[in-house]
Amino acid sequence: MYDFSPFIDSINSFFTSNFSPFWASVLLMLLLGIAILAFYAVLGLYLVYAERKICARMQNRIGPNRVGPLGLFQTIADLIKLLLKELIYIRNADGFLFNIAPFIVIVASIMAIGSIPFAKGLQAIDLNIGVLYILAISSMGVIGVLIAGWASNSKYSVIGAMRSGAQVISYELSVGLSLLCMIVFAGSMQLSDIITSQQDGWWLLKGHIPAFIAFVIYLIAGTAETNRGPFDLAEAESELTAGFHTEYSGIKFAFFFLAEYMNMFIIAAVATTIFLGGWLPFHIYNFTAFNNVMDYIPPVFWFFGKTAFIIYVMMWFKWTFPRLRIDQLLALEWKYLLPLNLLNLVLISFLTLMKWHF
Amino acid sequence: MALLTTLKSIGNYFREIYNGVTSLARGMRVTGKYFIQPSSIVTQQYPENRATLKMFDNFKGELILKHTEDNEHFCDACNNCARKCPNGSIEVISKREEGPDGKTRRVLDKYIYHLDMCTFCGLCVQACDQSALEFSNEFEHAVFDRNNLIKQLNHPDSKVVEKQAETKEPNTPTV
Amino acid sequence: MEETLVDIDFKEKEEYIINMGPQHPSTHGVLRFETCLQGEKVKYIIPHCGYIHRGIEKMSESLTYPQLLHLTDRMDYLSAHINNEAVALCVENAMEVEVSDRVKYIRTILAELSRIASHQLWWSAFGMDLGALTTFFYGLRDREKILDIFEETTGSRLIQSFITPGGLMADIHPNFQRRVKEFITYFRKKLPEYDQLLTGNVIFRERTLGIGYMSKEDAIDYAVTGPSGRGSGFHCDVRKLAPYSAYPFVQFNEITYTEGDTYHRYLVRMKEMWESLNILEQLVDNIPQGEIMLNLKAIKAPKGEYYQRVETARGELGVYIVSDGAPTPARIKYRSPNFSNLFILNKVSANHKIADLVAISGSLDLVIPDIDR
Ligand code: SF4
Ligand code: SF4
Repeated sequence: MYDFSPFIDSINSFFTSNFSPFWASVLLMLLLGIAILAFYAVLGLYLVYAERKICARMQNRIGPNRVGPLGLFQTIADLIKLLLKELIYIRNADGFLFNIAPFIVIVASIMAIGSIPFAKGLQAIDLNIGVLYILAISSMGVIGVLIAGWASNSKYSVIGAMRSGAQVISYELSVGLSLLCMIVFAGSMQLSDIITSQQDGWWLLKGHIPAFIAFVIYLIAGTAETNRGPFDLAEAESELTAGFHTEYSGIKFAFFFLAEYMNMFIIAAVATTIFLGGWLPFHIYNFTAFNNVMDYIPPVFWFFGKTAFIIYVMMWFKWTFPRLRIDQLLALEWKYLLPLNLLNLVLISFLTLMKWHF
Repeated sequence: MALLTTLKSIGNYFREIYNGVTSLARGMRVTGKYFIQPSSIVTQQYPENRATLKMFDNFKGELILKHTEDNEHFCDACNNCARKCPNGSIEVISKREEGPDGKTRRVLDKYIYHLDMCTFCGLCVQACDQSALEFSNEFEHAVFDRNNLIKQLNHPDSKVVEKQAETKEPNTPTV
Repeated sequence: MEETLVDIDFKEKEEYIINMGPQHPSTHGVLRFETCLQGEKVKYIIPHCGYIHRGIEKMSESLTYPQLLHLTDRMDYLSAHINNEAVALCVENAMEVEVSDRVKYIRTILAELSRIASHQLWWSAFGMDLGALTTFFYGLRDREKILDIFEETTGSRLIQSFITPGGLMADIHPNFQRRVKEFITYFRKKLPEYDQLLTGNVIFRERTLGIGYMSKEDAIDYAVTGPSGRGSGFHCDVRKLAPYSAYPFVQFNEITYTEGDTYHRYLVRMKEMWESLNILEQLVDNIPQGEIMLNLKAIKAPKGEYYQRVETARGELGVYIVSDGAPTPARIKYRSPNFSNLFILNKVSANHKIADLVAISGSLDLVIPDIDR
C-alpha cells in the first residue's frame, strides 16, 4: 500500500528523460547526497535532544526547555554555538591528521545511512551484500577515532584512542557473528531480502531463543561499538576528561558528537531491519482484523518507531550503568559474548537445517 | 568426578550471567520507574517561580538594619557589630550630634556593609545589644559591578529611635 | 625550576606521566595527581596538594574563638556542623564549661544529618566517577531535603556557622523535629533504591570488589580514619572511642569490614547512613529542654594546650589549640582526616588500572579544601 518505489521511479524517470544519462546520474547523486545530509543533520540533532530529555526524565529533571517550545531548538542553538566557536589548533599536533579525523568519523556514518531501508523502496542503495557493507563502513569510524587520538598529541587522547581501538576490534566480532546468525536464518545478505523473509513474522519472534540471544548480544556489542555508556571508555570523562576528542573544539567536536549519535541510530536501524522486521508492521498470526489495522500505519512509522525503541533502550543502558573497565570490557567480549555467540550460531545453523523455525 | 566439576563450572558460568543480568535489570527498573513518573521531577523553574518561591524565615540573605515605619532605626552606633565581624565587612561611621535633651551624643551617620566580603556567620546580629540588625531573605545578589555590593544600610534621612521608646513596647519593625 | 631527583628519574626511565588535575573531573577539586602509567596500569602516583591553601590556621591566630569558627566551615565543607562542633567542644573543654543536654542533642542531630548529607553527596559523586551519571542526581535530590532542614533552622545550606563555643547560634525551628522525622521515613524508602541502582549492579561490583586493597596495618600506619579506615577493620570511630555530645546517650553500631577494598569502603558508608538514621530516630523525639547558649562573659581559653577530636563524615578531625590566655589562640592546628587519607592513595592504587585509580580515590572520599586548609 505504502510503496515508495513509484515515487522514486518517477523522480528517476524525470531526470533521465530531461537530461543526458551522465548529468542525470550526477544530479541524482547530488539530490541524494543533499537529502541524506539534511536527514543526517536533523536526525542527529534531535537524537541529541531526545537523549537529553530522556536522561533528564530518568534523573528527575526536566531537561532542556528554554529554547523554543519544550526546548526543541536547544540543540540547534548548540550547533550554532559550536559553529561559531574558535577552532583551536594545537601546536604540536599533527595538523593534517588532526583535521581529517573528524571527517573520517562522520563520513563513515553518513555512508552507512545510505543503505538502510526506511520503507519499501525508500533506500538509497540496495546492495546485495548490504549487511557486510554496513559492517565494513561503520567500522571505518574507529580509524578516525584512532587518528584523532594520535594526532592530538595529548596523553589522555592517546589512551582514549587505544581503548577505542581495542574495543571496536573485539566487539566487531560479536556484531558480525550475531548478524551472521540472522543471515543464516534469512539466507541473504541483501537488506531488502532480509525484510521480505520476515513477512510472516519478525526473526526475533520466529527465531526461538537463539534469535533472542543474538538480538541481546547485538544490542550489547552495538552499544560498545558506538562507544556509548556503559562502554564509553574511549571518552570516560571521569578518567580521561574527554578521551580522544579532548583537544577538539568547535565544529570538529560537533562532528564527533553527531557521529556518535548517528552511529547509535545506524546500530538501531540495523537491529530493526534484521531482527524486528524493518518497516514491516506488527502482525499477529491469523488475526486479520488486527493485522489490517496495523497495515494502515505507514511503514516509515514502523521503521522509526522500532528504531526509536531500540535507541531508547540504549539510552536507558547508558543512564543506568556504571562504566566498565577496559579489561572487563574485553573479558565480557572474549569470555562471554563470543563463546555464546558461536554456540548460538551452531544452534541456529542446526535450526535452519532442520527447518525448525516457523 | 571431573565431569561433575566441569558441569558445575559450566553451571556457575551461566548462573553468573543470569545474576549479572538480573542485577542490571534491577537498576534499569529504578531509572525506568522514574522515567514514567513525571511527578518525581524535582527541578524548580527559577525565574518563573519567583512569585511562589519563598525562602525560610531564618534564611541569611543579606544583612539589613531594621527600620520602623517612621524611618527610624535602633542603632546607637556602638560599633559592637563591626568589632565582632571576623572579616571587617561592617563599617559603622558615627557623628556627634545634639540630642533632644541638649547633650551631644553619638549617632549613626553611615552604616556601610560589604556584602561582597560577608560570610554570613551571623556574629554581628548576635552582637548587637539593640537588636538593630537582622538578615533579610533577599537572595538575588548578582550585580555587574562589585562596588554595587557595598551597601549603606541606614536609609536616607533615617534617625535613631528615641530612647524613651524603649520603655514602651518598641514599634514592630518593618523591613 | 631546578630539577629534583624525581624529575631526573622520570627522564631516565622515560615514563608515561599524566597529570590528573588540578582541573580534572575525578579529583573533585583542585588536587593534582602526578600519575605514572605503564599502558593502562598505574605505576605510582604523587599527589600534589596546596592548590587551595588559604592559611586557615594562620588566619585563625588573629581571630577570637567565635570568629575563627566561620573558617572551619570552609575546611571540610560537607561536614561543616561537625567542624564547628570540634572547635566548640575544644574551647568548652578549655574553659571547663558544659553545655546543656538540649544543645548536645541538637548538635548531634545536626552532625548526623551532615554525615548523611555528606555520604549522599559522596555516593552521587562516586557513581559518577564510575560512569553511572544518574546516581549524581538521585543523591543530590535526597540531600536537598537535609539542606532544607538546615536552612530552616540555621539560615544557610552548606556552611552554617551554627554551633559555637557555648552552645548554638539560635534555637531550632519549630518545624525541625517534624521535618527530621519526615526525612527519616523518606530516606529509609530511598536507600534501597541506591542499592538497586549501584550496590548490587554487577558492573559496579566488578569495578570495586578486590580493588585497592588496604590492610589494617596500612590503615593504621597511614592514619587512615573514618569510613575508609573502617573498611579495613580499623576501629577508629571517635563516636565510640571517645563519645562526645549526645553520643553516650544513643545506641549505634560501629560499621567495620575487614576486607579493605573499595567495595567495602563503599559499604561502610552505605551502612553508616542507616546507622545515622537510627541515631536520629533515637534523638529527635527526646530533645530535652534547656538553654541553648551558656552565659559566658568572655570566650577565651585559659593558658595551656587543648586537643579535641570528633568524627566527621570522612574521619577523625582533631583540633589542637595552644592558648596563652588571650581571646585569640596562639596557635591552632587541625588534624584533618583527608590529609592523612590522601597519602595512602599511592600505596593502594599501585598496579591498578587508571580507571581503578578513579574508583579508589572516589572511595577515599576526599574533600580537597580540607586537605589544604
Ligand atoms: S554576618 Fe558575619 S561576616 Fe557578615 S557582616 Fe555579620 S559578622 Fe561580618
Ligand atoms: S548595629 Fe547594633 S551593634 Fe552595630 S553599631 Fe548599631 S547598635 Fe551597635
